[in-house]
Amino acid sequence: MIALRTLRTRSGLGFRASSLRCTQFTAKRGYAAAAGELKKTGLYEFHVKRGAKMVPFAGYSMPLQYGDVGQVAAHNHVRSSVGLFDVGHMVQSIFRGATVTQFLEWLTPSSLSSLAPYSSTLSVLLNDRGGIIDDTVITKHAEDSFYVVTNAGRRDRDLAWFNEKLEEWNSSERSASGKVELEVLEDWGLLALQGPEAAEYLQSLTSFDLKGLTFGRSAFLPIEGFNLHVARGGYTGEDGFEISVPPKHTEEVAQLLARHPVQLTGLGARDSLRLEAGMCLYGQDLDEDTTPVEAGLTWVIGKDRRDSADFIGFEGVKKHLKDGPPRRRVGLIVEGAPARQGATIYKPGTKEPLGSVTSGIPSPTLMKNIAMGYVQSGWHKKGTELEVEVRKQMRKAVVTPMPFVRTNYYRG
Amino acid sequence: MFSVLRQVSRTGSFRPRYTEAHEAISFDDSSKLGTVYITDYAQSSLGDVVFVELAKVGEKVEKGDNIGAVESVKAASDIYAPVSGVVKEINEALNSQPGLLNKSPEDKGWLCKIEVSDPSEVESLMTEEQYVEHCKCPGA
Repeated sequence: MIALRTLRTRSGLGFRASSLRCTQFTAKRGYAAAAGELKKTGLYEFHVKRGAKMVPFAGYSMPLQYGDVGQVAAHNHVRSSVGLFDVGHMVQSIFRGATVTQFLEWLTPSSLSSLAPYSSTLSVLLNDRGGIIDDTVITKHAEDSFYVVTNAGRRDRDLAWFNEKLEEWNSSERSASGKVELEVLEDWGLLALQGPEAAEYLQSLTSFDLKGLTFGRSAFLPIEGFNLHVARGGYTGEDGFEISVPPKHTEEVAQLLARHPVQLTGLGARDSLRLEAGMCLYGQDLDEDTTPVEAGLTWVIGKDRRDSADFIGFEGVKKHLKDGPPRRRVGLIVEGAPARQGATIYKPGTKEPLGSVTSGIPSPTLMKNIAMGYVQSGWHKKGTELEVEVRKQMRKAVVTPMPFVRTNYYRG
Repeated sequence: MFSVLRQVSRTGSFRPRYTEAHEAISFDDSSKLGTVYITDYAQSSLGDVVFVELAKVGEKVEKGDNIGAVESVKAASDIYAPVSGVVKEINEALNSQPGLLNKSPEDKGWLCKIEVSDPSEVESLMTEEQYVEHCKCPGA
C-alpha cells in the first residue's frame, strides 16, 4: 500500500482507488464490442507505422511480425538480445477489499494468504468440475489488493465469472468483514520486454536497482518520469519484464522501450518462444475439460490447500490428485515432420490412439520438432516412445521434459 | 509487382502455368518434364520456410494429390500435384537449405520434377496473366 500511496502523490500514474466507483461501468463495457469487429490496443497505430503485419487474434488486431524481419529472426533476437511485445490485449484487473484474499482463494487453488506482497504466482480459475476456465498471473500488492492478468481470448467468460462470483461472495456471510470490488483496467497498456539484455536496457531508464527485483516479483518503477508497475517474468522463458501503462502514456512508453537493441516482436515469435519454454496457450493446451492435474500444473495448487475443500472445483481436482489423472500433458520431440495441433498420438506400431497434440512447431532454437499434447496416463514418462501421425505417416515421438529450452530467469 | 512477371525471361520458352493453390509448373515438352515450385506470392505469405517434405522419386501421382508440404514455424501448407504423372526428381537441396524456398522460390527453390502423363493438363492451368489476377482476389 505504501508504494501505491507514494505513487499517487508523486505523479498520479498509479492504480487509482478513486476509479473504483466506475467498476460496474467499466466491467460491462467489454461486452459491448460488436461481434466480428476487431478491437485495437492503444498501440495499433504504433505497430502499423512500424510495418507490422496485423492479424486477428483473440478478438484483437495484433502484430504478427514487423517489416521484413521473419519469425525465426525475431525469435532468435529475443533469445540472444531483447524484444518488445504488445500484450495490451490481455485483461488487467484489480481486486480490492478486506476479504479479497479469501475471495481469490475461493476462485483459485493458489495459496495467496502466504504469498508475499509484490509477488506473483501463476494460477488457474476453475469451474465447478475442476476444469480450467483460464490461466492467470496473480500479483499480491497487499492483503486487500491484488493485480490479476487474464487472457484476452477469455475476456467475456472470465469477466462474467468474476461478476457472478463477486455477487455471490458479497451477498454471503463470507464477506461480513468487507466486500470485494473489481476494477478492470480498461484500455491500459501492457508491454513485455523480454530477453537476456532486457534488464540492462530497462536499467538504463530507471534509478531503481533491478538487482533487487527477482523473477516473480513486482514493483512500481520510476521510468523517465513515469511511475509504472513492472513485474519480472514473461511468456518466453527468458529474463524480462511486464510493464503496465495507463492508456494515455502507452505509446510514449512503447517508444522508450523500442530503441536499439530492442526489436519489436509479434505473435509469431511469441508462440514459438512460449512453446520452447513449455508454457501453455489457453484454448490450445488448456480448456474447461482439463484439470490442472492433467495439465501438469499441480504445482499451482497450494500444498496447504489440497485438503481444504474450500475452492471452486475442489472435488474434480481432488479426485485427480488422489486417483491420478486419466491423461497428462507431455512434451514431445517428433522426428521427420513437425506435428501440429490436432495430430493424433498413437501407441507405437498400432492404430491405438493415446491422445493428441495441442501445440507443435519446428523449434527455431533447437532445430528439432517440438510439441505438447495429452496422452493416456502410463504413456507420459520421460523417454517413452510414441508415434504421431502427420500427413498419413507415422512419425516417431519421444516424451521429453519441458521446458524444451532452458529457462533463463533472474533469481538474484 | 509479383516476380512471376520475370518468368518469361528466366525460363525461356517454357511459360509456367499456375494453380489456385499457388503452385506453378514449368513444362518442357521435349523431355515431358514439368518442374513444380511455389510462387513468390506463396512464399512471402508463408514466412520463413524451415522444413520441406516431398513425395518420393518414382511415385505416381494424380493431379490434386498431396505431394508434400512446406512448413514455416507457424504453419504447414500442403503441396498438391498440379498435373498427373510420375515424380522423377526432387530438389534434395531443400533438405539442408529449406530457406531456398524463400530466397529463390521460382528457381533454386524448385520442389520436384514430374514426368507429365497428359500435357493438356498443363494447358488447363492458369496462365501468368490469369494467376496475377487471381492473386488480387480477396482470400486468394
